[in-house]
Amino acid sequence: MTTGLPVSTILLITGFGLALIGIWGMLTHRNIMRIIIGFAVMDTGLHLVMVATGYITGGTAPILDGALSKADAARRAIDPIPSALVVTAIVIGLSVTAVMLAYAIRLYAAKKTLSIDAFTESKW
Amino acid sequence: MMRHVVIAIVVILFGLVFARMVGGYVELSALRPLAEQYVTLAPVELGTPNIITGILITYRGFDTLGEVAVLFMVAASVGLLLKKDDAPAKAKAASTKAIPAKASATKPVVPKTAAARAAAARTAAAKANAGARGSAQTAVAVTSAKVAESAEDDETAPREASEIVRTGTEVLLPLIFTFGAYVIVNGHLSAGGGFQGGAIVASGVMLMLLARPGSALNVAMLSIIESFAGVFYVGLGILGLVLAGGFLDPRFLPIGTFGAFISAGAIPLISALLGIKVGAELSVIIDRFRS
Repeated sequence: MTTGLPVSTILLITGFGLALIGIWGMLTHRNIMRIIIGFAVMDTGLHLVMVATGYITGGTAPILDGALSKADAARRAIDPIPSALVVTAIVIGLSVTAVMLAYAIRLYAAKKTLSIDAFTESKW
Repeated sequence: MMRHVVIAIVVILFGLVFARMVGGYVELSALRPLAEQYVTLAPVELGTPNIITGILITYRGFDTLGEVAVLFMVAASVGLLLKKDDAPAKAKAASTKAIPAKASATKPVVPKTAAARAAAARTAAAKANAGARGSAQTAVAVTSAKVAESAEDDETAPREASEIVRTGTEVLLPLIFTFGAYVIVNGHLSAGGGFQGGAIVASGVMLMLLARPGSALNVAMLSIIESFAGVFYVGLGILGLVLAGGFLDPRFLPIGTFGAFISAGAIPLISALLGIKVGAELSVIIDRFRS
């Protein structure tokens, strides 16, 4: 099955599309939980973009085994650096989400609402 | 409406930037020089079939250490944010109730039930801040007192998990933990590694907490395990500095046969420590959010 687009372009479009949906969600919604979900969606999209930039035409995972010999690796393996960086990015994204959720709990405890309109005093 | 137009413009502008990036992107047909260096050198120098693990734990090992530090910081700050939640609310609740009931504060209270303990906490806190308080604060305090009470009710009666969840947990939990351990220790041979395996173990912990909502996770024990894993991780890094080429250099242990389970120097050890640390940290974070 072939589409006209290369694989990495499809992934880039998907990733950037998710990032746009996330930005839209973060900016339009007034509920803090939905804003956090928007951030998570954007984060996921950017991870996809990062992974996609490491793809090499016809490449395979950079794990040497029976299917990929040491001599072959330099020609057929994908770029491992973006994959390694995405692990870091995922962990940082998780950390940011966890702290945001903790703050959301605190804000809910303070005002009994998750609407961001209730917190105008800390707006500017 | 106006706001939505502005947001739409912002999103469209972002979309334009992204579209140009996609349009200008040409799929790579060969590795970049640095990547080629890693791909050709990692199997020879480090003996790891999984090149990504080699990069994560050795070439960019310092980043990984920083990442673990970030996770630790998150566990600490989530604890700080969610633990302090109770104290001010109870103190405020106490501040209203305690003015009429201040005399009782001198009486020694033997805490037997949860309610009695809460009452004791209230009176104690009331003694502490019996100083300044305004009428505006009183209104807040009344609501927070109600909140504190409803929270106490919830704590006393956690809802039982259903039969399906409990039985499923008994079947799945050993499998999940085994799989997590497998992913952790096979990080240098195949897809996986400390972070991934740690996350799997933490998901098992989450399932356990869902199945038994009343049970308490031994957070102190987990903290100790996590701290020791961190100390050993840095210790291995320093061993690399002393015995091999630099900080976190895993080559102070023999590389062994390529592709064998015990091979690749200290990478499996570091990976295991990483897995333990991440698993413990994520479990602590999950537990913090439970209350």
